[in-house]
Amino acid sequence: MTYFPEEVVEHIFDFLSSHRDRNIVSTVCKAWYRVERLSRRSVFVGNCYAVRPGRVMARFPGTKCLSVKGKPHFADFNLVPHDWGGFALPWIEAAARGCPGLEELRLKRMVVSDESLELLARSFPNFKALVLVSCEGFSTDGLAAIATHCRGLRELDLQENEVEDHGRQWLSCFPDSCTSLESLNFACLKGEVNAGALERLVARCVNLRSLKLNRAISVESLARILVRTPHLVELGTGSFTVEHRAEAYQRLIHAFRKCKSLKSLSGFWDVAPRCLQSIYSICPNLTVLNLSYAPAIQGADLVKLIRHCFKLQKLWVLDCIGDKGLAVVASTCKELQELRVFPSDIYGTGTAAVTEEGLVAISSGCSKLNSLLYFCHQMTNAALITVAKNCPHFTRFRLCILDPGKPDPDTNQPLDEGFGAIVRSCNDLRRLSLSGLLTDTVFLYIGEYAARLEMLSIAFAGDSDKGMVYVLNGCKNLRKLEIRDSPFGDAALLENVGKYETMRSLWMSSCDVTLGGCKALAAKMPRLNVEVINDRVESDEMEENPSDMHKVEKMYVYRTLAGARNDAPEFVDIL
Amino acid sequence: MDGGVGYVDVDALKATELRLGLPGSDEPSEKPPPPTTTTTTTTAARPSKRSLDEDRAARREPSEGGRATSTRATKAQVVGWPPIRSYRKNSFQAMKTEAEVAGLYVKVSMDGAPYLRKIDLEVYKGYKELREALKDMFKCFEGCKGSEYAITYEDKDGDLMLVGDVPWEMFTSSCKKLRIIRGAEAIRGLGSSQ
Repeated sequence: MTYFPEEVVEHIFDFLSSHRDRNIVSTVCKAWYRVERLSRRSVFVGNCYAVRPGRVMARFPGTKCLSVKGKPHFADFNLVPHDWGGFALPWIEAAARGCPGLEELRLKRMVVSDESLELLARSFPNFKALVLVSCEGFSTDGLAAIATHCRGLRELDLQENEVEDHGRQWLSCFPDSCTSLESLNFACLKGEVNAGALERLVARCVNLRSLKLNRAISVESLARILVRTPHLVELGTGSFTVEHRAEAYQRLIHAFRKCKSLKSLSGFWDVAPRCLQSIYSICPNLTVLNLSYAPAIQGADLVKLIRHCFKLQKLWVLDCIGDKGLAVVASTCKELQELRVFPSDIYGTGTAAVTEEGLVAISSGCSKLNSLLYFCHQMTNAALITVAKNCPHFTRFRLCILDPGKPDPDTNQPLDEGFGAIVRSCNDLRRLSLSGLLTDTVFLYIGEYAARLEMLSIAFAGDSDKGMVYVLNGCKNLRKLEIRDSPFGDAALLENVGKYETMRSLWMSSCDVTLGGCKALAAKMPRLNVEVINDRVESDEMEENPSDMHKVEKMYVYRTLAGARNDAPEFVDIL
Repeated sequence: MDGGVGYVDVDALKATELRLGLPGSDEPSEKPPPPTTTTTTTTAARPSKRSLDEDRAARREPSEGGRATSTRATKAQVVGWPPIRSYRKNSFQAMKTEAEVAGLYVKVSMDGAPYLRKIDLEVYKGYKELREALKDMFKCFEGCKGSEYAITYEDKDGDLMLVGDVPWEMFTSSCKKLRIIRGAEAIRGLGSSQ
């Protein structure tokens, strides 16, 4: 180790792209630790409360790309109260002080204020890319600051954020001198933007390859934009509301024909089925297609479209595609790797849109499938066993049977065997979400076979503490475990406390864990933050000292070097 | 705290439960009976306004056709289920509301009638229903000049068209207003369209 000069060691480390590898080499010896930390350019913080921002910047002063995640995953489904935490400001402040050379910032599930965006805009002269996913707390004013001050901005990617609309001028804040944009995604914005400013912006950004418009953009505007951006690779259309006899529609078709590089399409908010024909010319080149926000398109029209898309690798659709539509996907899209089928009728009586048949069809036609998110009304063990046999390459398998705790409709049995087959067959499975009627047996299988599993989501499943214990004792690579509405209690929680220091986090809500259990865990493991999150209303009416027997509504446990956080709201108790 | 195999008397529990909420704003009265095959835990010392065991008991049951309505109502209350990102849920809610609220209201005039009416085209599934509805609506004006009439509409280009020529969806998307023509004019028009 001391044989090589540091420059050589650093050069070797350059070949290590994964965070995990770099983390490991940094523990070999002090010399390697120092070389690694000074040469690390990309830092990933999976839980913003696991470490203090200042500590990260101090250790990695050369950070160019910083990625931070905030709220736990179940926050996506409104299970985490609104002001729980996950603030971006401390991270931006620390970076401004410690790493002014920062070029890229990626935040997920964090609260980002306009103030923090303004600070960001002014603090990093080389700033190039901002990616915000599922964040909230900012408005178009914050975006205006970014547009105004970030000279040389290459990427502004806003994915599914809740953004307050304070007017359409933010886009006009990109100065005339801005020609560097390569990727612009504002699909999640609800308000209008200045169409003229947008058209001029895309025209002068000759390297623009990815553009995702919001619903407010008209077809007329889209047609004008496309004429100026024939080299686009990814496009998110606007509303796509147009009469097929309108001149704008003809211009759109013409513009599409010129876009020979388009590989990815999304948007289509209000498209009328007939107008899908306009993209038939692009379909043979498409590798990514997202129609999951287009409920107006029914099965038959979807099928007509998909028959043109034989190079598709990633497809997101609504369940109105139906089992028959999925069969067409199976026969057409032989390169398919990722499929997501979302429910179109969330609270309806359930005219069975997709069932196990559709999934089986997909599995037999698309052997390269490795990532699945499937919302359906029913599933059978037989189907899952077939899918497991056909597709052994799943790395992500998320199945959501809309009716919680529903058994196999053919046999009335739990789905233990079906999911068991999946974990047995798919050796590379990293992420799994369960649903349907499940007993402790499924967890026995998971603990036994899912050796590479990193994230497991459980809802309305299991019979006893044994289920959870199987998982904690078995899955050696488990990083995130999230459980809701399942009968796991203190015995399970306290069975293997050391396990939690090897994981990023554990979430349990509406389970049988008590306050006493949480306190015991906190006492045994000082390097874990055990957060008890009380329902707002409950905490108002609760007595001063709730009994230890009191069941905890929501608990979030995570390893941390930072100790108890000081920004927790009053309804969160950190034990 | 494990209960034995059996079931929790849901109604008794419900009566003694402390909960917040306006009087009358309660869970639906139709509740599926608790299952007898799964174990449930007792709610020990728990001043929770939401009875999770009730929810859990309701959900554990295999859904059958007859219980569809109550299961649906219970489903609608389960927070965060199905697991769909709020962003997506909100987008759909917005789209649905728009569609429901907008409707497709068009004016209907009838020759000789002193006032016009308005109907929501989205309510009708096809031409037959539309004709019947119009007949119903204007039957008080019929009789004097005989029952010969033609239903016409003004389309997006401002032209007066006979109702019934194009597919229903195309009609609803291009119809701006309806006009019922009566008497000699109508007969003449119908005759020449054959």
